[in-house]
Amino acid sequence: MSATNFDEKARREFARIGTTRVRRGELLRHPVYTRFLHWSVAIFFILSLLTGFAIYSPWLFHWITPFFGGGPRTRFLHPWFGLVFEVFFFFQFLNWMAPMAWTEADRRWMKRVRQYATNEEGPESEDVGFFNGGQKMYFWAIVVCGILFLITGIIMWFDNVFGRWLVAVSYVIHDIAALVMLAGFIIHVYEGTAHQPGTFRSMIDGTVTEEWADTHHPAWYRTATDSREEAQKAQK
Amino acid sequence: MANPRTFQIQEISAHPGPVPGRGTRREEQVCKYIDVTTCIGCKACEVACVEWNDHPFRETTFNDTYQTMPTTEWNYYNLIKFAEDEHDGNLRWLLRKDQCMHCEDPGCLRACPADGAIIKYENGIVDFQQENCIGCGYCISGCPFDIPKFKADTRKVYKCTLCSDRVGQGLEPACVKSCPTGCLKFGTKSDMVQIAGLRAKQLREVSGFADAGVYNPESIGGTHVIYVLHDIKRPERYGLPANPIIPPSYTYWKWIAKPTGLILGLLGIGAVFFHRVFYGPKLPDPQVPEVRTGPRDEVEAGRKEKP
Repeated sequence: MSATNFDEKARREFARIGTTRVRRGELLRHPVYTRFLHWSVAIFFILSLLTGFAIYSPWLFHWITPFFGGGPRTRFLHPWFGLVFEVFFFFQFLNWMAPMAWTEADRRWMKRVRQYATNEEGPESEDVGFFNGGQKMYFWAIVVCGILFLITGIIMWFDNVFGRWLVAVSYVIHDIAALVMLAGFIIHVYEGTAHQPGTFRSMIDGTVTEEWADTHHPAWYRTATDSREEAQKAQK
Repeated sequence: MANPRTFQIQEISAHPGPVPGRGTRREEQVCKYIDVTTCIGCKACEVACVEWNDHPFRETTFNDTYQTMPTTEWNYYNLIKFAEDEHDGNLRWLLRKDQCMHCEDPGCLRACPADGAIIKYENGIVDFQQENCIGCGYCISGCPFDIPKFKADTRKVYKCTLCSDRVGQGLEPACVKSCPTGCLKFGTKSDMVQIAGLRAKQLREVSGFADAGVYNPESIGGTHVIYVLHDIKRPERYGLPANPIIPPSYTYWKWIAKPTGLILGLLGIGAVFFHRVFYGPKLPDPQVPEVRTGPRDEVEAGRKEKP
């Protein structure tokens, strides 16, 4: 069974278990499986982040450790949280590999990132699809950081196997990857909630309004409504 | 323990002549001297260490040598290493008592992120405070001598204390107390360095070891355990690094890059907050165009499962 087949089967199975109610004037954005993966990744990312902070700077974050049963227990749990994060993110990678493919439109989006950030351009450019360039950047940054986390994390986990210098280098790479992820995470949460009203519900209910889709992802909006019209025509 | 200087008399009423003891200073830096050339490998120091620290006897791993076990362990701080060396066509043992070196610039302390888990006393002893240890193991990779050892069930790290409890009461460490040949000595750092220098000179000039010298590596600011070696040019033969160093990630990264990263993180949170205040939300355009001309999302159009 190929990776895409597995992903499509998982989507169908999850859509059977859960439901996404699409009301009039709304579009389905994230199906149940995608939402499940996103929040599983999010929970274990936050657990890894909190336990990681407590190890990164205990003098500043030692107040976190009691929630996880003290310093040594926090240190014990951190790699396990990280491993579960990696597993869920692997499935999310399969789930989003196709729509996250970098295109010419994303290159143009990156040139407009200043206007995007300062809200100068109003509605998104005509050619922005299901994900914009910034979302794709964040996704591929997590892919790269996820690989770095896994490699350096295993070296630090089994430090007696890999030797002193490899471990010392791994700490630095692990920390840098974490800081990149933290920066992305702050922007991601902000864009998904306070900055763009109407976005958060796409990950909770799975739907967005047509106005939202037309404003933020116009090319996807057209594709989604095209296929809906085709289906309606076929019904008639 | 009271500071000995607390009760040093400064002035005496109607006293002729100088104040007794005024101006004298006791050297605080301590040091253990190990002369590997007179060590007979009796392992009395190993037993004394286990006894004083009240450690249980543990099972060992036989690795075809006369060593008690391959490396020091969390409850076995002190181990005589039996390095097998060829000398004039014969086998000889290079016996070295392995334990914490109590570095002047301790790599374990540099690496440790936990507040108060590793301390260094004024006298130079580096001591682990297990109640503050979070068991991250950074000290293990920070140490150039492979000394800190992780205990899996308590998830804490342990090592030789240079018997800080004994030294605090004016006693020498247990290993020094037990040594029958006098190859171990304990005293102030300057005294031990001087004795070691004299012994090395004697080895060079009288005993025919032309390369004899003192191992007190400058790369980590010297150590509070020093060795007299037959051959100072090749300390690797005794299992000692010629130039022990602390990974720069524990010196530069820890104190410059780590706080910088945290400050950037805080600035990031502040930046997104004020971004909302400055630029406001990006609201959906209420006008949905009737005629939808323009490019399509080709990737999405080609997918079997929608969206």
